[in-house]
Amino acid sequence: MPKFMSRNDLLLFAGFSLVVLTMPIWLAPFGAGYPDLLQRFMIFGIFAVGFNILFGLTGYLSFGHAAFFGVGSYAAVWSFKLLTLDAIPAMIFAVVISGLFALVIGFLCLRRSGIYFSILTLAFAQMSYNLAYSVLTPITNGETGLQLTLSDPRVIDAAVGQGFVGQPVPNILGQQLSGYAGFYFCAGFLILAFFIAQRIAGSPFGMMLKAIKSNQTRMQFTGFNTRPYALSAFVISGMYAGLAGALLAVTDPLAGAERMQWTASGEVVLMTILGGVGTLVGPVIGAWIIKYFENILSALNDNILARFWSFLPEGVADVLVKVTSKFVGDGWHLTLGLAFVIVVIFLPGGIMEGVRRVAGLFRRSGSSGAKTAPQTQPAE
Amino acid sequence: MFEVIFLQFLNGLDKGAAYALIALGLTLVFGTLGVVNFAHGALFMLGAFCAVTVRMFLTMETVTVDPEKLSPWGSPLEIREPLVQAWFGDFGAVLVNYSVPLSIIITIPIMLVVGIALERGIIKHFYKRSHAEQILVTFGLAIVAQEVIKSVYGPNPIPQPMPTDLRGAADIGAFLGMQANIITYPIWRLIYFVFAAVVIGGVFAFLQFTTFGMVVRAGMADRETVALLGINIDRRFTIMFGLAAVVAGIAGVMYTPLLPPNYHLGMDFLVLSFVVVVVGGMGSLPGAVAAGFLLGILQSFASMNQVKAVFPGIDQIIIYLVAVIILLVRPRGLFGRRGVMEA
Repeated sequence: MPKFMSRNDLLLFAGFSLVVLTMPIWLAPFGAGYPDLLQRFMIFGIFAVGFNILFGLTGYLSFGHAAFFGVGSYAAVWSFKLLTLDAIPAMIFAVVISGLFALVIGFLCLRRSGIYFSILTLAFAQMSYNLAYSVLTPITNGETGLQLTLSDPRVIDAAVGQGFVGQPVPNILGQQLSGYAGFYFCAGFLILAFFIAQRIAGSPFGMMLKAIKSNQTRMQFTGFNTRPYALSAFVISGMYAGLAGALLAVTDPLAGAERMQWTASGEVVLMTILGGVGTLVGPVIGAWIIKYFENILSALNDNILARFWSFLPEGVADVLVKVTSKFVGDGWHLTLGLAFVIVVIFLPGGIMEGVRRVAGLFRRSGSSGAKTAPQTQPAE
Repeated sequence: MFEVIFLQFLNGLDKGAAYALIALGLTLVFGTLGVVNFAHGALFMLGAFCAVTVRMFLTMETVTVDPEKLSPWGSPLEIREPLVQAWFGDFGAVLVNYSVPLSIIITIPIMLVVGIALERGIIKHFYKRSHAEQILVTFGLAIVAQEVIKSVYGPNPIPQPMPTDLRGAADIGAFLGMQANIITYPIWRLIYFVFAAVVIGGVFAFLQFTTFGMVVRAGMADRETVALLGINIDRRFTIMFGLAAVVAGIAGVMYTPLLPPNYHLGMDFLVLSFVVVVVGGMGSLPGAVAAGFLLGILQSFASMNQVKAVFPGIDQIIIYLVAVIILLVRPRGLFGRRGVMEA
């Protein structure tokens, strides 16, 4: 029997699962051990892992991935409205729909590469966003966002004879998905998503994708048709985004068009780059860090800062409060932008490259120093 | 019917002029330095906020409370007097009135410095890196610029009044010998169009008729050979980056009366102007200008009710749709040279 996974892969996977599942425990001291935030960690982790399958492996930089995320959300909510409140059919429906959507868009966009690919994806995402706000209002409910109501048909639930009172909420086999149940539901999907990504990266298919990134032309000269491989990566990555969007709809059944805007696509790019593009855990870590600091920093205000700096003399403390308050609260995006610029300039491999460099320093201090990380290459 | 079409054509001109100016700067940067600059929209926004700042300084006022008189609300009457008017009298009033066009004088050096500092400080290090990384770092810079503006000026749009003499509309129909009051067009939009034409003509003349411009064009065609001839081409390209920043900045200044600037103005225009550049052809200056006007006018026609009745929602997507079609059937754009960024 051929070996299923190498020892290192198995260790990485087990370690990752352990870290994810124990998150409520070890994140509690950092003020992040509550289900609502943890769910978002899981959801954006899935989104970033999926984005990395496209950008990290093939080098195609998509600036329109939020479109698939939004489509997944809408599909899931429609499944809740028309079929059943059970989460599983909604997830399947969302993944299929976003996969089909990605197939069409990917087929068109992958005719070009490099910057043209980025702009094509951007154009398609903006089209979807604008349409969702205007003409497609019967499907998307425009600015209000798509919501569940008591009067929805829900044919399967009606056939089974399941009734309920109050605000309809998604469930799974009758189990409520509130609190930690929701978190473990999402965590299960993140672990599954990570496992699939790991298998893809290690498979011959993954090798093909990496070959597209390093030199697409040479690969074509050796007789491979690269487009089907790139398209598969695009569709898989779109399905990941759809899954993440559906999970967001499960935890909060309200789908709005702002999830599809191009700044939302930019956010997942930030996550992936910050964590480390092309690595398996990097994008997840990037997503966690961004969501964590978004939550922590945007909650800070002048009073908290004043208490924090209160050990300093009054004048100095006042100045510091003034300065730091620009970087927290509403201004946390400024911190994010600065951190992002610094990472792109000095640490193109993201946090994972930083970890590798530091580890390299410890491992053989005195010798030639850390090996430089593989540079990201574009698909030209 | 002709009047309606002509009016829509005019309506497209001012937006098209803004697109053309931003796309011109983007193309200058791409053609000279080969950098895909996602921060270019932010430069447009910075220019707009230069105008806001100038007006803020010009309208600084002293407040004196007159306890004898009461305002209609019953509180003591506050007499506000702008400092500029106190110092310069009527001339000060003129200054305040014409604050937007006057801001250009101040915006030009500021944007030149900003542009050159940006190029020397950060973008210089990205010539050898991939386009993807250039996009990423300039995207990050755009976020930083946007957030700095937001933290200084707040999140709300800040309306900028246009000079009182230039409000109102011009009766272009009567001017062209048609019936009066059918085709009227706001004067400021007309000024914006003329201004854009002058700037675009100026940039082209600069590149075409000066020695500096000639060297830059030679550098765009073959950078290495020009450098081998002993010309410091890098410094000239840096100045071109500054020039592109100036063009974006003054385009932003003059646009403020049409659209009150807020912090995400740059991002809003950035996506569209990239689409414009791609439609015109990467690296082609005439292409950028032509595509800017073309897309502005197309957008204006698409928002006609008659068109919307046939294709619902077309006004929302027309620009992107055109871009997608152009990219798929003619990847080098309308005016792109063969072999330049033709992937």
